[in-house]
Amino acid sequence: MEKRQLTCIGCPLGCALTVTMDQGEVLEVTGNTCKRGDAYARKEVTHPTRIVTSTVKVSCGAAPIVSCKTREDIPKDKIFDCITAISKVTVTAPVAIGDVLLSDAAGTGVDIIATKAVAAAP
Amino acid sequence: MQTYDLVIIGGGPAGLAAAVSARKDGLDDILILERDKELGGILNQCIHNGFGLHTFREELTGPEYAARFISQVEELKIPYKLNTMVMDISGDKKITAMNREDGMFEIQAKAIILAMGCRERSRGALNIPGYRPAGIYSAGTAQRLVNMEGYMPGKEVVILGSGDIGLIMARRMTLEGATVKVVAELMPYSGGLKRNIVQCLDDFGIPLKLSHTVIDIDGKDRVKGITLAEVDSDGKPIPGTEEYYSCDTLLLSCGLIPENELSRSAGVTLSPITSGPVVNDSLETSQEGIFACGNVLHVHDLVDYVSEEAAQAGRNAARYVKNGSAPSDRTIEILPTDGVRYTVPRYVRPTLMDDKLTVRFRVGQVFRNCSITTYFGDELISRRKRQVMAPGEMEQITLEKAKLAQYPDLTQITIKIEEA
Repeated sequence: MEKRQLTCIGCPLGCALTVTMDQGEVLEVTGNTCKRGDAYARKEVTHPTRIVTSTVKVSCGAAPIVSCKTREDIPKDKIFDCITAISKVTVTAPVAIGDVLLSDAAGTGVDIIATKAVAAAP
Repeated sequence: MQTYDLVIIGGGPAGLAAAVSARKDGLDDILILERDKELGGILNQCIHNGFGLHTFREELTGPEYAARFISQVEELKIPYKLNTMVMDISGDKKITAMNREDGMFEIQAKAIILAMGCRERSRGALNIPGYRPAGIYSAGTAQRLVNMEGYMPGKEVVILGSGDIGLIMARRMTLEGATVKVVAELMPYSGGLKRNIVQCLDDFGIPLKLSHTVIDIDGKDRVKGITLAEVDSDGKPIPGTEEYYSCDTLLLSCGLIPENELSRSAGVTLSPITSGPVVNDSLETSQEGIFACGNVLHVHDLVDYVSEEAAQAGRNAARYVKNGSAPSDRTIEILPTDGVRYTVPRYVRPTLMDDKLTVRFRVGQVFRNCSITTYFGDELISRRKRQVMAPGEMEQITLEKAKLAQYPDLTQITIKIEEA
């Protein structure tokens, strides 16, 4: 039996949640005020995911970098692998919102897409 | 002198939404003045996601949210001037501005919307002792450097203030390879969203020290470290609790202040609580035909509410240009008391107002299991229970024109926080 402490992010209440687990199985969630807390805790201890946002270097552009994000959320433990992969990329301007800057980032199967347009340098 | 029906000061989220809504209400002659080299304002450096859940029902990053409005401005062919700094606004709505192409120039406007946003509280306003070495930045400055210019301000970071920008920057600096040693917060609670505390601090094991502040900055040319101390309930450092942290960078995320120098020169009355203009239900300031919206009016935590408020200002400015000054009407004052710090708007005109009016406000402390109560005079009109309210989260109530019509002698509405 293993107990994990979490803070619920569902609302400003920020309930202190305790999840009781046994060999990866959630047995019980306590401390939550509503069912959102229960759902959050179960996801967070079994397969936590995040959208990752960062920037990618741009050559020949009106700006030196362009902001980007993972198209979907990725497993939380892949955040740093994903950031490392992003840091190695350089794209050439022009860039449009939604352009794929890196496909299948760090083996997550998720693409990195641009979140801003960068024109070619004047 | 050039003339325009409506001039909007600022091309950030507030200015863009105000322009779009005024144009959709039939106003043709609009100009946006923006001092930066592009539209979008602060959203351009907020590359994290979480914007637009209310407006677009999806989670966008800041630049994506801005782009949605910028493309509407382009499609509606609303003219704007970039790299243009407004120097002065007079009470009769004459604007003095300058840029490299036009030099110094004047514009006479029929109506003006103030949408200048806010700025960060600086070190000078915080009274932190110590030298003035390099390495001290406001969190927003660091955000611009990292996310737009491509520079890292430092490697070992301490952050003072746990507002959302500070929390977001703790994560951003960590992802870019810096070590964020601690986030210190003067208050016994964080001003940031729970989601940001979990996903920006807890995810990376960054400690948050509540009721702590920086009492000394070490280093003469570059920051070498800072001393943190616990504070008592009056915010005074407690002797014996000092802790030294070596670092090369101190980020300050200690509050935002509406930027109202231009409003003041136009003779607009400002609220000492919000530092923004005092407005009525049409978001008109004390100066006829000058409206305000967004963070210049009061600091928001969600851009969606800025867009909503700005659209309201745009509609009302368009109506003012078309119909001229409003007929005189009774004015009801909204009084914030018992934990409610302020309300926007402050005045309601019961026969001129829209059918439904959103009144936004903030509370002064954390309240648990309390109610927001609204009184017309002494009569309790509504009571809404809230499990938790905090100064970091804007609250709102709705006033209905039909309901107010039943109280022809009403002069005062009171909004309070009471025990549930």
